[in-house]
Amino acid sequence: MWKFILRRLLVMIPQLFLLSIIVFMMAKAMPGDALSGQEINPRANPAELDRIREELGLNDPWYQQYIRWASNAVQGDFGVSYTHKTPVMDVIEDRLWNTVFLALVTLIFTYMLAIPLGILSGRYNDTWVDKTVTGYSYLGFGTPIFIFALIMLFVFGFALDWFPSGGSVDSKVDEGTFAYVVSKINHLILPALSTALIATTSTIQYLRNEIIDNKIKDFVRTARSKGVPESKVYSRHILRNSFLPIAAFLGYEITGLIGGAVIIETIFSYPGLGQLFLSSVSLRDFSVVTAIVMMTGFATLLGTLLSDIILSAVDPRIRIE
Amino acid sequence: MKKAILQIENLTTSFRIGNKYHAAVDDVSFTVNENEIVAVVGESGCGKSALALSIMQLHNKQRTKSEGNINYKGQNLLKLNDVQMNKVRGKELGMIFQEPLTALNPLMTIGKQIEENLDYHTELSSAEKKNRTIELLTQVGIPYPERTYKQYPHELSGGMRQRAMISIAIACNPALVIADEPTTALDVTIQAQILDLLKDIQSRTKMGIILITHDLSVVAEVADRIVVMYAGQVVETGSVKEIFNNPLHPYTRSLLNSIPSAANEKNRLHVIEGIVPSIAKMDRIGCRFQDRIPWIPKHAHEETPRLHEVGNGHFVRCTCYKAFYFQAEGDASAHDITKIR
Repeated sequence: MWKFILRRLLVMIPQLFLLSIIVFMMAKAMPGDALSGQEINPRANPAELDRIREELGLNDPWYQQYIRWASNAVQGDFGVSYTHKTPVMDVIEDRLWNTVFLALVTLIFTYMLAIPLGILSGRYNDTWVDKTVTGYSYLGFGTPIFIFALIMLFVFGFALDWFPSGGSVDSKVDEGTFAYVVSKINHLILPALSTALIATTSTIQYLRNEIIDNKIKDFVRTARSKGVPESKVYSRHILRNSFLPIAAFLGYEITGLIGGAVIIETIFSYPGLGQLFLSSVSLRDFSVVTAIVMMTGFATLLGTLLSDIILSAVDPRIRIE
Repeated sequence: MKKAILQIENLTTSFRIGNKYHAAVDDVSFTVNENEIVAVVGESGCGKSALALSIMQLHNKQRTKSEGNINYKGQNLLKLNDVQMNKVRGKELGMIFQEPLTALNPLMTIGKQIEENLDYHTELSSAEKKNRTIELLTQVGIPYPERTYKQYPHELSGGMRQRAMISIAIACNPALVIADEPTTALDVTIQAQILDLLKDIQSRTKMGIILITHDLSVVAEVADRIVVMYAGQVVETGSVKEIFNNPLHPYTRSLLNSIPSAANEKNRLHVIEGIVPSIAKMDRIGCRFQDRIPWIPKHAHEETPRLHEVGNGHFVRCTCYKAFYFQAEGDASAHDITKIR
């Protein structure tokens, strides 16, 4: 087990290396650079801008820039943000925590909805309960998240004014107080719920279909032939087997939420990684862009590993040696 | 006189297809006595498994209805509700399924799956349950019971899995075990071992066994009585000796004729033309086998075929057996006739 994890971590090194080259080249391939925005500034001297470019090494060939960047990145130094003028890691850190909290709360909401609804729908398949849940699922599949999030924002953030419509915390409360935590959570609920209500539908359908599949398995009939009461047939035999793929997906889900919160963070002006990423791209803040992509890539690799570990923990047929 | 364990009287089990119910088990009656193995024989689709699941009440209730009587210890099993039936299943009636890999839960250890049976039917402590489980595993001839107790189904061979399955069925010393094709998924050498094991357990516990199979060599080896089923009906029943020495019904004779043996190795193996009619399309009037023996004149069949006693507890359905003959020399000609038709 430990050997397996170590081996997987070692394999990540070439994967990350390859990723870094691609990311770096693509970032460089974007038209313009961090100083392009200044060119329209009448007070900026073009000669001065060129001098700064030279000084920052932006005129060097890409591989020289890459080697310089990579050798620093290996030591955990992703450089200084061109726009924020502070080390990239500092810029990212606050945003990262915001995104992680959002992802966790979203995940909790997603499973809180998916598990009971999936079980109901699967156990009582083809009844009106199942048809209602399935109807909701198809509605969820068909609704674009950016439209749904806007509606949620309008209804609960603006019209009813139950939740704040932007930011990650109220600026008036002091850090470290209880009110601060409450305010943080309050800001999380609306974006998390909007994502969960849409994202949960695939998990619901997945769980439903697993239950329907498992219901007619031979081992379920065996359990009944032993005189096991129906409720136990479900909890010990059908549900445990149905949760396997859901558990295995958990690893991917986590990374998916960290990397994919761009839309929701932008709509709710929630200061997370996704929003930072988008603004950094438009400001050509290469150091931040590359750092975020590298981190998401790393998280994805960790997520796959996590999925493998979870699956081997819950399914005795899969043992990692 | 042997003591009867289970009496099945006029059992009819129907499946709903669309809005109509179609009988897969049609007016079946027979009795299983203590210390007796009754073999239920027939092709695929004859209603053997449907019969087994009806006795255990394991059919989907929304799509199935069973009528008649299944008398066990003075009560009609068909009249029991789920809670009452759960006290019978596993405790009084055990069941062995065909494919032991899929019939065992892949996520539970063998030990836990056997213990589950004890959980609901005994008051044993967990240590006692474990002891009993190890004892059961030893009884069914598993070489390292302590190790197997902790193993998962995929870690065992097919034969070992079927032994574990048997120990689940006999965990609570049931009076009757229903074995639904217990050897079909196993290779021949293992088949013989499993049959010996069943026979051995039976002789020790005096339980009754309903052995469902399409393999007549299995029947010859272990059974006491045979019930031949065709298209949901019993077409012939009697002791093994009677049926093998004096088979009467055309279906039984055809089945026996289809077994390869030293005597018929020179000829082409007998083939019963056609297939068992599907329950939705079956003609329920007249002899159900007549379409598969078209060379027998129609008037040889009874209009409403009944079971006729021919002595010695030997019953046969329809009168067509009196007129039945195999078509001339081997079955090559039989093939030709159907081609012309």
